[in-house]
Amino acid sequence: MLKTLRQIASIGIATEPPPQADESLRIREGLKDRIRAVLGRALCIRHIDAGSCNGCELEIHALNNPVYNIEGLGIRFVASPRHADLLLVTGPVSKHMELALRRTYEATPDPKLVVALGDCGCTGGIFGENYASLGPVSNVIPVDVAVPGCPPSPTRILQGILAALARTSDKKARSVSAHLNTPG
Amino acid sequence: MALQAWFARSEAHPGAPGLRCLALSHQEWRPVAQDLAAAGARLLALWASGNRTAPRVHAAFLTDQAGLVVSVPLSHADAPYPGIEDLFAAAARMQRSMADLSGVRSSDPDTRPWLRHAAWPRSYLPLVDHPLAPDPETALDPYEFVRVEGEGVHEIAVGPVHAGTIEPGHFRFSVVGEKVLRLEERLGYVHKGIEQRFTQIPILEAHRLAARVSGDSAVAYSWAYCQALEGLAGAEVPARAAWLRGLYLELERIANHLGDLGALGNDAGFAFGLAQFSRLKELLLRANHQALGQRYLLEAVVPGGTQRDLTGTGASVLRACLLQIEHEVRTLRAIYDEHEGVRDRFNGAGTVSADLALRLGLIGLAGRASGQAFDLRIDLPCDPYRQLAPAKVVRTEGDVAARVAVRFDELYESCRFVQRILEALPAGPHVAHVPAPGDGATGAGLIEGWRGPVFVALEAGPSGSIRRCHPQDPSWQNWPVLEHAIIGNIVPDFPLINKSFNLSYSGHDL
Repeated sequence: MLKTLRQIASIGIATEPPPQADESLRIREGLKDRIRAVLGRALCIRHIDAGSCNGCELEIHALNNPVYNIEGLGIRFVASPRHADLLLVTGPVSKHMELALRRTYEATPDPKLVVALGDCGCTGGIFGENYASLGPVSNVIPVDVAVPGCPPSPTRILQGILAALARTSDKKARSVSAHLNTPG
Repeated sequence: MALQAWFARSEAHPGAPGLRCLALSHQEWRPVAQDLAAAGARLLALWASGNRTAPRVHAAFLTDQAGLVVSVPLSHADAPYPGIEDLFAAAARMQRSMADLSGVRSSDPDTRPWLRHAAWPRSYLPLVDHPLAPDPETALDPYEFVRVEGEGVHEIAVGPVHAGTIEPGHFRFSVVGEKVLRLEERLGYVHKGIEQRFTQIPILEAHRLAARVSGDSAVAYSWAYCQALEGLAGAEVPARAAWLRGLYLELERIANHLGDLGALGNDAGFAFGLAQFSRLKELLLRANHQALGQRYLLEAVVPGGTQRDLTGTGASVLRACLLQIEHEVRTLRAIYDEHEGVRDRFNGAGTVSADLALRLGLIGLAGRASGQAFDLRIDLPCDPYRQLAPAKVVRTEGDVAARVAVRFDELYESCRFVQRILEALPAGPHVAHVPAPGDGATGAGLIEGWRGPVFVALEAGPSGSIRRCHPQDPSWQNWPVLEHAIIGNIVPDFPLINKSFNLSYSGHDL
């Protein structure tokens, strides 16, 4: 126990302070503000591997490490699509995962956001389309944001999530105005 | 005939060192397999090539001293060839996949499809017929799981989409209370036509696809692919390139072991471990990025050598990073070892005895945790392992704790190995020209990835194309053993036991 405490004390807080560069600063601060403004609570993400080579998954894991500390930003990965605001999908979408992906999408409550991750999720990548691969995620479900990269870095993934959040406000605004315009 | 006699008839196979090849007649196939099984050889790979009228079956085996690649012409495409499931347990799923992809069927009893879940018509043979666009019709393939019956037995179906950030697969548990009586896996969900895709990419560029067979083993696959290609094209790899590849392979091993050690602590309820190890892994990935231009080394190995050279500054960055990692891992290991809760979950969980491991052909890291003392880096070394052999790490307990201990010890060895590479990296070019190989040339690559031996068989086609490329992941051998490891354990221990093997879905599903 003493060793554990000593290790914790000697490492201190590994989470990086907001970086100097404006671009990175905007992501972190912007993200927090937007989440509060738009969702008013934690953003919940459900990850689906729809056919990935598992490279993208390694960088998704990195988001949870103390350096990126995505939970510290109010973002959480959840176990069920029913708890999720956003689906983070890696691909290419294999024919065998098509049904599971569609069902996961259907199980996610509105306004559901979809971020397609990695070159394969965006375009089919090196695998392309064939008898067993349907190519990009957008061939199967609607995609809000596509983050290229092989694999994209954790920072790029965060940028994609931010871009998706910007879309949420549009979607919510649309759905509110549709509601207001409904007669009666 | 004794094994020596078969080897006496064999020839050196281009590619990985220590590989021999042997063309067999249809009648010799079973006797060779029997002799190899009797000598305790492991089945490394099984694949088919050719067309509907003249199919061939190929197999690669590993003895303690050599690898043997055999090829067998089949007399009829429709008549079953003799199966070898009774001799090599790992053959069962490989044979089923060959039926799905190439249309050759074995005489063994399990004829259920394995990689095909009705995504394409049964009459279509992806590795024989012309490429096909995806079929818009989607139907669920009925699949017969083995039912366990009796009072109080019920089934738990899990997947393909799992609760965490992991790859998709289906697990069917038959349980009584919390105790697992039987687990049956169903894989193939991420089958994306990799072997067919290989035939559409120029042979000098397909190392990029090889690196993406299983992204966590990118260096092992791209190196094995390049080894096969360089062998069949007769290209020499400069010494510096071989050493750099060794450096990359060990960096990949260290990164994966760090990730697993953290995740295993987490699965045992010790979140501190995940935080600490994932921080160390991030340090390594950043050092990779600084020294080699990439966090994950998906583009690092190219035909003839490596994509880029390592500068003196890059070497210092890696050296300093690995010194820190090794130092901190020693502290963390002491914490794991002394933590009663962690010890309680690790010890005795998911045990695979050495005897069972031998019988089922468990290989790689998991094999070394169950007394299977085989490591290509030491037993069939290529450069730079011929010059700088790491020590072999073996445990005999075969439980989660043993697989954790192997990871810790291999991590130390790899850190030491990397330091030695960085000290003595030969000067010279880091890449050499590889000529386009002639039509019909064959070769094979064999590299000890972090998970186990990664095998790539390659056959050149006309004008710089690929006729056939077959990558085989060690997960093929080890997935079936996981079904045995869980028997008698409780369901909540499955994530921990599964993680301790950490097998590849993508590398298996192809």
